[in-house]
Amino acid sequence: MISSLESAPIDVLHWFLGLLGSFGVPAWILAIISALIIIGTIIGVFLSLFALTSVMERKILARVQNRYGPNRAGPFGLFQPIADGIKMITKEDLVPRTADWIVHFLAPVVMMVPALLVLAIIPYGRDMVPAELDAGILYFFAVGAGTEVAVFMAGWGSNNKYSVLGAMRAIAQMISYELPLVISAIVTAMISGSLSPSAIVSAQGGFAFGFVPQWFALTPWGFTAGLIFYICALAESNRSPFDLPEGESELVAGHLTEYSGFKYATFFMAEYVGMFAICGMFVTLFLGGWQAPLPFLDIIPSWCWFLGKVCFVAFTMIWVRATLPRLRIDHLLAFAWKFLLPMSFAAFLSAACWHYAGRGPLAWILSLAIVGIPYLLLGNAFTNRFSVSRRTYLFSE
Amino acid sequence: MIFPGSGILKGLAVTARNFAGSYVEKDRLTTEQYPEERPKLPEAARSFPFLVYDGDNPETGMRCVSCKICEKECPPQCIYIIQDRDEAGKAIKRPKVFDIDISVCMSCQICVEVCPFESIRMDQDYELSSFDRFGSLILDKPKLLKSNSYYHSIHPTEAAETDGRIEADRLKKEAAAAAKAAKAAAPSVVSASSSSSQQEGKP
Ligand code: SF4
Ligand code: SF4
Repeated sequence: MISSLESAPIDVLHWFLGLLGSFGVPAWILAIISALIIIGTIIGVFLSLFALTSVMERKILARVQNRYGPNRAGPFGLFQPIADGIKMITKEDLVPRTADWIVHFLAPVVMMVPALLVLAIIPYGRDMVPAELDAGILYFFAVGAGTEVAVFMAGWGSNNKYSVLGAMRAIAQMISYELPLVISAIVTAMISGSLSPSAIVSAQGGFAFGFVPQWFALTPWGFTAGLIFYICALAESNRSPFDLPEGESELVAGHLTEYSGFKYATFFMAEYVGMFAICGMFVTLFLGGWQAPLPFLDIIPSWCWFLGKVCFVAFTMIWVRATLPRLRIDHLLAFAWKFLLPMSFAAFLSAACWHYAGRGPLAWILSLAIVGIPYLLLGNAFTNRFSVSRRTYLFSE
Repeated sequence: MIFPGSGILKGLAVTARNFAGSYVEKDRLTTEQYPEERPKLPEAARSFPFLVYDGDNPETGMRCVSCKICEKECPPQCIYIIQDRDEAGKAIKRPKVFDIDISVCMSCQICVEVCPFESIRMDQDYELSSFDRFGSLILDKPKLLKSNSYYHSIHPTEAAETDGRIEADRLKKEAAAAAKAAKAAAPSVVSASSSSSQQEGKP
């Protein structure tokens, strides 16, 4: 029963393919059908997750502000995405007369493609990786960087100063944050000795003292790297407090200014799918992937754990959005280059020391010191630099 | 030396408290779920004017005597009155047409202040949206006339005061009429008949 639930999705797929095979369908067609089914399932799951999040996000934000949030369309407002979708599709699709319409048209597509492509290498459960790549992490970041091109295409193709400004901010932000993002991800690859996501997940398996999970996020270097990865993930997916590219108070909507109707919806969708992909990567790298947090909880199928963890991380992202105000562009870039980057190097060093000090108590103290001291020093320097001093007037008063 | 990042944690705690609290403490959610829950309007709430009538029949119980004071005083000039005439063409103290254009009315209540016959009062109905900009926003006489009991239901204190004033007026008039009747027998019949046609007393 338990094992059947665990592998249920794969069993269903194999049963269906076996059924087709018994009708004499050739093997190469079966392979294509199998791939199409997997792709369809993943896209279906993530798009429904997107639909659910778009309404849950609004409800959570509303609850934080002591409001109800959308609760009119369907039970508890759960049909709101359908209403939104109908609204988006029926809206007029405007293209500015002076826009470069090919680039303008392609931008949402280019945005959507990497967001979907990176879903291929995430291990969704035990033996459930759509594409088992040895350099999966590398693939994830290489393909994921394609969204930057899309954002700049959108900004440039719109031929609108707000769009270009937003796109330039987006490029500056994404490139700056890509660096600590990749370095903090490399730390996990270094410790587990592999660039393959499944190997990284299995390196986090097992329990210390029989009940403490061996997730990387529960080590000093892993916690630091995980936090850096999380912050950079927020920046990469353009979410608050790093949503400057579309900061509506100064740039109308940044690179999205000239988009309407279904193209806008595609951007929106790509942003959310990208957010889920990077949440999935965060879970894979630092939160033990599909592993259960306690030994006896293994009875729950691994893909449920993965989904649950991704939803939890997405929830914290919404929580952060409800809490923090938007940064200023110079603070944002300074934060990436002067704080996150050195801290990710510290995490790197700390992980190395942890490994060579034997992963024991001594390793804990050493690696804690290596990330803790720079954190306190850098953090204080950073806070003092940006703290607002009382303004003194020379001639009045 | 502070612990960097503590401010963010504090902020996260605040939002988490609000998030969880909104599910536990009902009085955090102050939103009225409008079509199902309606606000209890304070007594002094007012939207647009209406005309009060006494008794059950709007036509005969109408308090308005078509004196047109409100029409003249209304600052944006949104009241339109035509006096009624009998078959002989003689003006009678009743409006034939009484329109208020509520797309123009600014709810200033001046018409209420100036009406000497306690006839025009402020309504509380606020659900007046319509698909038609012209027809349905001009309230005509049938739409404007509302009973005295309705007036009591929306502004109890004010309505009771008004009734008291009308009653006192009626008593005073009756006393004056009685005094006149006591003085001379013949002219008293005329004055009695004219006062009854004004329909000022409560039935
Ligand atoms: S509502 Fe009052 S002021 Fe206006 S015409 Fe009638 S009696 Fe005169
Ligand atoms: S409330 Fe003011 S604006 Fe409206 S009808 Fe009366 S006097 Fe005119």
